[in-house]
Amino acid sequence: MSATNQSKAFQSRIGEALGNQQAHTNFRSAMNMLMENRLKQFPDQEELLHKRQRADAIRAHALRNLPTLLEKLEQKLVENGIQVHWAENGEEANALIHQLLSQAGARSVVKGKSMVSEEIDLNHYMEERGIKVLESDLGEFILQLAGETPSHIVMPAIHKSKQDIAELIHKHYPEHPYSEDVDTLTQQARQILRDKFCHADAGISGVNFMVAETGTLCLVENEGNGRMSTTVPPIHIAVTGIEKVVESLSDVPPLLELLTKSATGQPITAYFNMITRPRQRGEMDGPQEVHLVLLDNGRSHIRRDEELLDTLRCIRCGSCINHCPVYVQVGGHAYGTVYPGPIGSVLEPMRQGLDKIGALTSACSLCGACGQVCPVQIPLPKLINRLRAEAVTQQVETQGVKGQGSLRKLLEVWTWKGWRLIFGSGLRYRLFKLLATRLRRLTPPKMGGWSRYRTIAKPASRSLDEMAAKAGFDHE
Amino acid sequence: MSNAREAVLGRLRTNGSIQMGRSIPPQVDYSSLGLNEKRELFTQRLQAAHAEVHHLQDGDWVNWINRELPQRGVSCLLAGGVPAEELEQRVVSTIKLQRYQQPIESWKEELFSQVDASVTSTEGGIASTGTVVVWPTPQEPRLVSLVPSIHVALVDSERLHDTFEQMVNDDRWAERMPTNALLISGPSKTADIQQVIAYGVHGPKQLIVLLLG
Repeated sequence: MSATNQSKAFQSRIGEALGNQQAHTNFRSAMNMLMENRLKQFPDQEELLHKRQRADAIRAHALRNLPTLLEKLEQKLVENGIQVHWAENGEEANALIHQLLSQAGARSVVKGKSMVSEEIDLNHYMEERGIKVLESDLGEFILQLAGETPSHIVMPAIHKSKQDIAELIHKHYPEHPYSEDVDTLTQQARQILRDKFCHADAGISGVNFMVAETGTLCLVENEGNGRMSTTVPPIHIAVTGIEKVVESLSDVPPLLELLTKSATGQPITAYFNMITRPRQRGEMDGPQEVHLVLLDNGRSHIRRDEELLDTLRCIRCGSCINHCPVYVQVGGHAYGTVYPGPIGSVLEPMRQGLDKIGALTSACSLCGACGQVCPVQIPLPKLINRLRAEAVTQQVETQGVKGQGSLRKLLEVWTWKGWRLIFGSGLRYRLFKLLATRLRRLTPPKMGGWSRYRTIAKPASRSLDEMAAKAGFDHE
Repeated sequence: MSNAREAVLGRLRTNGSIQMGRSIPPQVDYSSLGLNEKRELFTQRLQAAHAEVHHLQDGDWVNWINRELPQRGVSCLLAGGVPAEELEQRVVSTIKLQRYQQPIESWKEELFSQVDASVTSTEGGIASTGTVVVWPTPQEPRLVSLVPSIHVALVDSERLHDTFEQMVNDDRWAERMPTNALLISGPSKTADIQQVIAYGVHGPKQLIVLLLG
């Protein structure tokens, strides 16, 4: 997509989002609640800072030692009886998972919430090959019925009203009477999905943390669908990014605490599920086979760059999204990507290239809120700024992000050059001031996008220092 | 796809990033809690997460089950291990004690449709988060604490820890991880419909913690 096209497409999605009053109200109230709840969990700022520094150090340590830890993890998992597979990209990961499902003769699959499965578009891949993958997280289940994508990484169906959801469930499952009562809707979903858990041939899940020391896969959830998907079916396939590994089991509690408190303001979620082995001899349940698919998909490339590496610390809490003044206005779909908000504006251009989706970096006022709340201290504003610079750079380098310089526009380049020329010399600056004030009637009435919703201000008839001098102030 | 493995690891190894020793700030030493404080905090946190907590004497929990569960419409109760042995002797006749002695494949439908409640023993609890720690065993398998609508967890007061971190370190989890370890901190819940909290979406609708001793 050309630079102009991608910006236009982004702007048109933003326009659409701003026109949807219902979704806008939902986002505003949801984000307010999430921010308030988070704040209540961290009454002591000093303690919070210490916790963030600690979590940052744990993740940074794991990333520095990534190849060693991944090998150790693999060795431990294999010892434990969990089969490990590696995938370069989404296509390979999907092919691997499809092969595993085919070998097991699986036709119906239940899946827990997983952003990586969204990243590789797993559901479509399997559906095209005749395998139905049912989303079992309530929010994702609703979106699957609606044929939509998540608008938030933690609360995927936040843009939907209960009326929308009532209609969807009644339309797809007419045996359940129409109801707008949240408890009734939840119980209807329980009944529908319990039957699916009971009869599924395989379960798919993501992973929140992988522990190299013990070969343990950790999953965080509130609903119990993750536990169902990873316990009831005879085969469990976990898919996740290579960056999710930590060195030791004692690294997990500090990260878990910050994850749940930052994400939803809960001291802990209803369930924390730690899986170390498939079903052992004598055990009565749990899957006979457990597989882990380790996905790269650009992550090893990102790790090469000392600055961009920071993004791999992300634990997907969504706190940066909850605090973003742009996200709250436009919502997740306007970004048109799997990951929205500040983290999405950094991850997605790195994943897809600045030439494809670099315009996302413009959806930021550099207010700094995301960087302030990030539990692992990712300097998001700095990274967004860096990507903006790379998007318009003239010097394309092999390091850094794909599609460098693709958003460079000559008019913009010459405008900035012009400014530099004017501000670079006292004489030119005074001359410019003189012209701008004396010829103010010639100010153009329209200035592109800027004047679409704003009146153009005309310069005053005299510059500030002229007026100051006249009023008797010293020049300096 | 072993070539993917080599390619990924190869890229990770050759990218010049330095390998360093651990330099992670230690946990700040928060004051440790006394037994009563732990019991109090544990109870308060669980209640805040919509769980029920009852403080009972050691031998009293079967009486509690006999008194309370029939009132809640429980007629089939799933249990294994030590809790099942104690129940076998003393459970009231209106409750059928269901054991889990067959692999799940042979009675999945029955488990999903006919069991009303379950009782499990636990590894202990965590006060700061209001968490029950369950390590399933062949006698008390994984689905016991997940499928029935009511889950009753027996927690020994002596086995309450301040934090998850302390429990992992003090009890040396890394040396003895079970097939599956679970932290349970309330009934199953969701806020996916307009952020309204609803309980019992997939797992138990009620979590009842009997704190013993």
